[in-house]
Amino acid sequence: MNIVVLVKQVPDTYSERKLNSSDGTLDRDATDAVLDEINERAVEAALQLKEAHDGEVTVLTMGPARATDAIRKALSMGADKAVHLSDEALHGSCAVQTAKALATVLGTVEGGFDLVVAGNEASDGRSAAVPAMVADVLGLPALTHAREVTVDGSTVTVRRETDDGVTHLSAELPAVVSVGEKINEPRYPSFKGIMAAKKKPVVTLSLADAGIDPSEVGLATALSTVASSQPKPPKSGGEKIEDEGDGGAKVAAFLVAQKLI
Amino acid sequence: MAEVLVLVDHLEGEIKKSTFELLTAARALGEPSAVVVGAAGTAAKLADVLKEHGAEKIYVAETDSTDFLTPEVGVLASLVEAKDPAAVLIAVSADGKEIAGRLAVRTNSGLLGDVVAVSADGVTHSVFGGAYIAEAKATTAHPVITLRPGSVEIEPAAGAGVEESVPVPASQGRAATVTSREPIVGGDRPELTEASVVVSGGRGVGSADDFQVVEALADSLGAAVGASRAAVDSGYYPHQFQVGQTGKTVSPQLYIALGISGAIQHRAGMQTSKTIIAVNKDAEAPIFEIADFGVVGDLFKVAPQLKDEIAKRKG
Repeated sequence: MNIVVLVKQVPDTYSERKLNSSDGTLDRDATDAVLDEINERAVEAALQLKEAHDGEVTVLTMGPARATDAIRKALSMGADKAVHLSDEALHGSCAVQTAKALATVLGTVEGGFDLVVAGNEASDGRSAAVPAMVADVLGLPALTHAREVTVDGSTVTVRRETDDGVTHLSAELPAVVSVGEKINEPRYPSFKGIMAAKKKPVVTLSLADAGIDPSEVGLATALSTVASSQPKPPKSGGEKIEDEGDGGAKVAAFLVAQKLI
Repeated sequence: MAEVLVLVDHLEGEIKKSTFELLTAARALGEPSAVVVGAAGTAAKLADVLKEHGAEKIYVAETDSTDFLTPEVGVLASLVEAKDPAAVLIAVSADGKEIAGRLAVRTNSGLLGDVVAVSADGVTHSVFGGAYIAEAKATTAHPVITLRPGSVEIEPAAGAGVEESVPVPASQGRAATVTSREPIVGGDRPELTEASVVVSGGRGVGSADDFQVVEALADSLGAAVGASRAAVDSGYYPHQFQVGQTGKTVSPQLYIALGISGAIQHRAGMQTSKTIIAVNKDAEAPIFEIADFGVVGDLFKVAPQLKDEIAKRKG
């Protein structure tokens, strides 16, 4: 079974994140970039399926040159090869353009795929829809927010867990699965894995290589644009007191004064 | 006036509060048309309350399909084509985001996700947990907009509520099949993202058992209970209640943080709360930088005292 994992490099949520004042896109230089936590779980899920069913795990990412770090992390965990769609013209692409571009590149992956695995939500954009959008472009079933993934023959089943409850889904392969935070604990790359990753093939594609028309991606033709953005003035701290045995009563008095109780 | 399609989020004959927020927000853009997709007989139960919240039209697509979310996407896509609406509004939820994304792909529309305000000029995003405000707009007709619950105050309005049956189009491509569902067993507390008061505990709570101090204060205020990532990772409280960048984003009238240091991780999920109260032993904890009222002290003394004071005032 061949599996493609979609990964995305994002700004570290533990560092301060910024938007470019010029065009409202993410300021990717201002922050530490990491392989999104949820993507590590997606890679882990793909590796576990590979271990049970054989086949190959390919990592696919779209992003600037430094997304290579995210690819290396996934390869050192055990993925077999990687495809990196990287082109200046992609800058500022909207979610619809991104989904269509990823769908096009998926079609070029050597050996084809039976399953696409992705994280259910990136921590930066939080549109949380790209996996399902990619599935829609390809006309494939999307089984999202998986807590458990099982493949039996040509059928994939997922236990989908969200705030609204649990849904059991099934579909025939090929299909797209997105995994939730609780699906697994990702493995740490071993030293051997890190060394081996350096020799694994990484194919870097430009738009032309992938057969994507540059007019279909990027800020200029994005279906949505940011007109303006500004940092919100930081909320300043209010009154701070030391508890002298009456802290709770003082909070209550504050809440009464604010008409909150 | 152009129509604005509003997808009705319903479960077992009950409409979610977020749908009424959409119907209110839609009036800034045009005439709200509610779209009900569900099993036969669903719309009859929902029509009256949709009218009371301003639905001028109610499109009814009833189906017993077990296809997962694609009936909603298909119905909305065909309505977008037939009615050329000013916009499609969908509430932010796991299903809502997915329906919106797929719809945007199919109708080649701009997707404006997780917005906090809607106007004729565009939408407002609160980015990176409220650290940035961004104004955005779609460059296409009929943008697909998902609205964060709790962003808009519901204003009831009388709508004509003219019902029209619409077919569920055949699925494009293959869909996943729903084999069974288990609805979440909610407690008596309000839903975290919809609550007007949230009381959260952090690492300072110290154990799962001691979280009852947080729960007791929450119950005295009719509040939802939240937890910081540190508390969840330590196993004090279930993950579904995590507030922060990798958990829920909440924006209540009142947020009480007990034993939470206030890492960026956590602040990203709660700093747009109207009023913030913090109790922490560490006077240098960053949570105090954004708290309207802070108490440097032991949460196990302050929280029960506050609970008693609230009980007294309630008589």
